[in-house]
Amino acid sequence: MISRRQMLKTAGSAALGAAGGLAFPGLAARAAETVTLPFANGERPLVRYPGKRPLIGQTARPPQLETPFSVFNEGIITPNDAFFVRYHLADIPLEIDPEAYRVEVKGLVDTPLSLSLDELKALHDPVELVAVHQCSGNSRGFFEPRMGGGQLANGAMGNARWKGVPLKALLDKAGVKAGAVQVSFNGMDGPALPETPDFVKALDIDHAGDGEVMIAYAMNGEDLPWLNGFPVRLVVPGWYGTYWIKHLTEITVLDKPLDNFWMKTAYRIPDNDCACTEPGKPAEKTVPINKFSVRSFITSVLDGDKVAADAPLKLRGIAFDGGSGIKEVAVSIDDGKSWMPTDLGEDLGKYSFREWTSTVKLPKGEHVLKVRATGNDGKTQPEKQPWNPSGYMRNVVETTKVVAA
Amino acid sequence: MKRISAKALFVAGATALLGAGYAAAESLSYELPDETAEFRQGPGVEMAEINCVACHSADYIETQPPAMGHGFWETEVKKMKNVYGAPIEEADIQGIADYLASTY
Repeated sequence: MISRRQMLKTAGSAALGAAGGLAFPGLAARAAETVTLPFANGERPLVRYPGKRPLIGQTARPPQLETPFSVFNEGIITPNDAFFVRYHLADIPLEIDPEAYRVEVKGLVDTPLSLSLDELKALHDPVELVAVHQCSGNSRGFFEPRMGGGQLANGAMGNARWKGVPLKALLDKAGVKAGAVQVSFNGMDGPALPETPDFVKALDIDHAGDGEVMIAYAMNGEDLPWLNGFPVRLVVPGWYGTYWIKHLTEITVLDKPLDNFWMKTAYRIPDNDCACTEPGKPAEKTVPINKFSVRSFITSVLDGDKVAADAPLKLRGIAFDGGSGIKEVAVSIDDGKSWMPTDLGEDLGKYSFREWTSTVKLPKGEHVLKVRATGNDGKTQPEKQPWNPSGYMRNVVETTKVVAA
Repeated sequence: MKRISAKALFVAGATALLGAGYAAAESLSYELPDETAEFRQGPGVEMAEINCVACHSADYIETQPPAMGHGFWETEVKKMKNVYGAPIEEADIQGIADYLASTY
């Protein structure tokens, strides 16, 4: 069954398609500024949503908004109004009563809980953590061969200071019974059709109770933006965004692994060291996607930029990994033939973006700059991107071509 | 062709002012801007519109890589029916896949 709101939306869309588009093509073309992401069919509108600055419009319903890459050069904390948005299902909450809002803890527990927002906050002293949030499919549009899915450039990531309550505090309060193996998470957003699998994700019980997984009620010192999960969302430091359930309402302790579509079929990676397959081929065995792979970017100059020749050029950028922390970042100004160390900026914690800087001098001509991060776990970025069927976990050494004149 | 309404911008301002705490004794609301993406014209476009827009906007299709081919689109249509439960008639699967493959 389609909800009434959805019917209205659908009727509206059909009317637009039938009449408006053909009658006023010029008006449509002028209605929005566009950006072109650097891959085939990369043109996207810049769209304006309440509480957000103009962002790259990937899809409207459900909303998927990408952060323009220039934002990452503004600082290592990503502003709330620029933070990317990714929903899976169209029935997103458009009305929320904070007084009536409840977070339930149920399933294999001694005492099921139904907590108001005030009760949730009172459960534990606030904890704060700076952590990167990144979509599993961030940068998917750069894979070759291309695959279906959200065609994102590098802006489906962000770094925020999250404040909230450790999930462990809720689990302890409810009392997890023997035999618990996973904890599942559901939020207010749901499908347009009841036949569509609801977006529910799960973490293993030990991970859920590790004290770091958090129910966040603030982001960068403010309420969570509506589209980033107001009033509370799950924060799973170092893990891909698929687990960071928004508008969190249901926490269920399970006696067996969750086997819904979103765990069993979607968001899985090849079960091998490179999480890769031969391009174009499916994986024989898969596991649920989990920790971020290590990445780094130059943010101060962009591909195609012109810079001053034979003058000090300060390069800066960001690096992060799945929580071992960044050990070092190296840059190359000769297409990877030689590498130089960079200076790391303030350490905001092992889950945060880490700023790096380096001053170089480029003679006249074209130059191929590269940046490569290494984590404290010794893992680094590949020279050539391994391929996987879903286009997840891209982390190739990034290349930025500039012209010095 | 629809621009963001003045009302939507007003909500943006109001949301920004909410600040900390949940003092408001009533529901908060959020207004999404209007959808603007449309299906590309081509044989079968009506069938695609009828079957696709209940669950997602046309930009889900528009943003896919170019020329992915019939196999890709047929797999997508079948996934929408079999995995996401879209009420697509068996007889319409080929027609929708033909439209998508020849138009996108």
